Amino acid sequence: MRLRARRPGAGSWRGFALPGIVWLVLFTVVPAYALLAMAFGKENFLLEPVPAWNPGTWNVGFLFQAISGAVPGGEFWPSVRNTIVYVAASLVLCFVIGYPVAYYVARHARRTKALLIVLLVIPFWVSYLLRMLAWIGLLASDGYVNKVLSGLGVAHPPNWLNGNAYSVILALVYGYIPYFILPVFAGLDRIDRHQIEAARDLGATPFSAFLHVTLPLSRPALLAGSALVVLPMFGDYYTNDLISGSPRTNMLGNEINLFVQGGPQKNLGACLVVVMMAILLVAMAYYVLQTARDTRRFA
Amino acid sequence: MRWERPRTLVAVTWAYIAWALVPVGVAILFSFNAGRSRSVWQGFSLRWWTGDPTLSILHDPDYSHALVHSLTLAGLDMAIATPLGVLLAIGLARWRGRGSGAANGLMLVPLVTPEIVMAVSLLLVFTQLSIVPFTLVHLGTTAQVVGQVTFSLSYVVVIVRGRLASIGGHYEEAARDLGATTFGALRLVLLPLLAPAILASMLIVFALSIDDFVVTQYMSSNAGTTTIPMYLYSNARGGTTTPALNALATILVFVTLLGVGIAFLAYRFFGRWTQTGAESNALRELSGLGTT
Repeated sequence: MRLRARRPGAGSWRGFALPGIVWLVLFTVVPAYALLAMAFGKENFLLEPVPAWNPGTWNVGFLFQAISGAVPGGEFWPSVRNTIVYVAASLVLCFVIGYPVAYYVARHARRTKALLIVLLVIPFWVSYLLRMLAWIGLLASDGYVNKVLSGLGVAHPPNWLNGNAYSVILALVYGYIPYFILPVFAGLDRIDRHQIEAARDLGATPFSAFLHVTLPLSRPALLAGSALVVLPMFGDYYTNDLISGSPRTNMLGNEINLFVQGGPQKNLGACLVVVMMAILLVAMAYYVLQTARDTRRFA
Repeated sequence: MRWERPRTLVAVTWAYIAWALVPVGVAILFSFNAGRSRSVWQGFSLRWWTGDPTLSILHDPDYSHALVHSLTLAGLDMAIATPLGVLLAIGLARWRGRGSGAANGLMLVPLVTPEIVMAVSLLLVFTQLSIVPFTLVHLGTTAQVVGQVTFSLSYVVVIVRGRLASIGGHYEEAARDLGATTFGALRLVLLPLLAPAILASMLIVFALSIDDFVVTQYMSSNAGTTTIPMYLYSNARGGTTTPALNALATILVFVTLLGVGIAFLAYRFFGRWTQTGAESNALRELSGLGTT
């Protein structure tokens, strides 16, 4: 017997959600609006930025300055270019390193599988700052990396920690690859082994079964893993500060951080955040479209 | 069918794991270095942990302040984000109708926003918008807690909703059929069933809070509100910094891993226990209620 009359209405469940929703509105929606108000604000007679709370009075001057600075030739272009190049290179490395690892643990590891999963999860929970600290020690001019290099006969080992783009990319991959491997592993682990066996029974070589069955089926997981690393890498500034410390390798996050925390031009910082979100929205739209397509195809 | 052992993949996997973990191990090892260097090994000692009368983490008050402040923030974050997130998860899972879609989307926003965007937005709202409640939040501990709760909330919701989905609605329906009120069923049946997820999300919130850098730094006010990650950030490149910094980072890592480890074990242990014990206990108790 179902007691319909005693079931709570939508109202009481909404009441449960209410405190959390109020919290999220106050501390994500209103701040997002404050960001826009600052980006579209003006300057007072002391040249201090003042936010414009009324959208009717919004001024696009600073946003225009930020956008024209962010295109090739502009003052922020080197940072935008670095961001795109570093994130793209790191993403490629995540695929090259992360996919085989996730693939092996999901599909081939047997007795060692539980151990391997634990080992893959540990970096996830080791403080990001400690992991950067570790590389600062290893890449120091008298550190172990250069000791190994001079042992191998390299006469002048490079200076890794002063504006070296390769170190920044290495650190980004090192920092974020756990966020890539875990969802890709979970996706590969869910693939039904029988589908691959069927392909093999029908005459596919192991490689062609991989190419035509496993790889297409792992696309959604690869997309999710990519989103999980691209989003935080785009806004990263501390990896760069710690590993490079030089304006030569500045990323968009560094520019934003300098404007907002370092100087008086908080409005330009806010405009650059808007520019960054615009770039990310394009990437996220692509992600949503592809995921929707995959869901239709595999559902 | 024969699944061959792919030697290359084995090598790549173990090489990756070595690459991921050995640097961390080396950094921890260097906290026991006898010399001042954080990159050249000069022998084993406890100098930077306890030995040095001024610079070791036991004796330099900067380190203990950072540790205490980190733990304070983590405690407050757990105390606020967990109940708020559990209620939000239950509400979002049950509430159908106008506004529920938007609320679900809103819950995901903190998960897909780069942290710097959130940090800049919160900083602007607390420093520029002079209306209540934003004027009540001052940079420093209060703002740090608000910022941390904001990004932790979504994790609690995701964990608790996963458990809610696997529990299903049948136990509560049974309880109601036996005469429990909606809230009685919630308190006596659902909450015990959710206990492992609640505990797990508490400890995840603890780990997220302890490790957070960006939001915590943007919301800080002065040296008194420095956390361990902030201290590591501002001193990691300094030439005068000693291996005591590595010792501090080591403490951070062990505290985090301890929290996550307990969360994992609790989830497995209580998860098994509730499936056999609590459910039938709660139902038995309720059937008694129903007959009297």
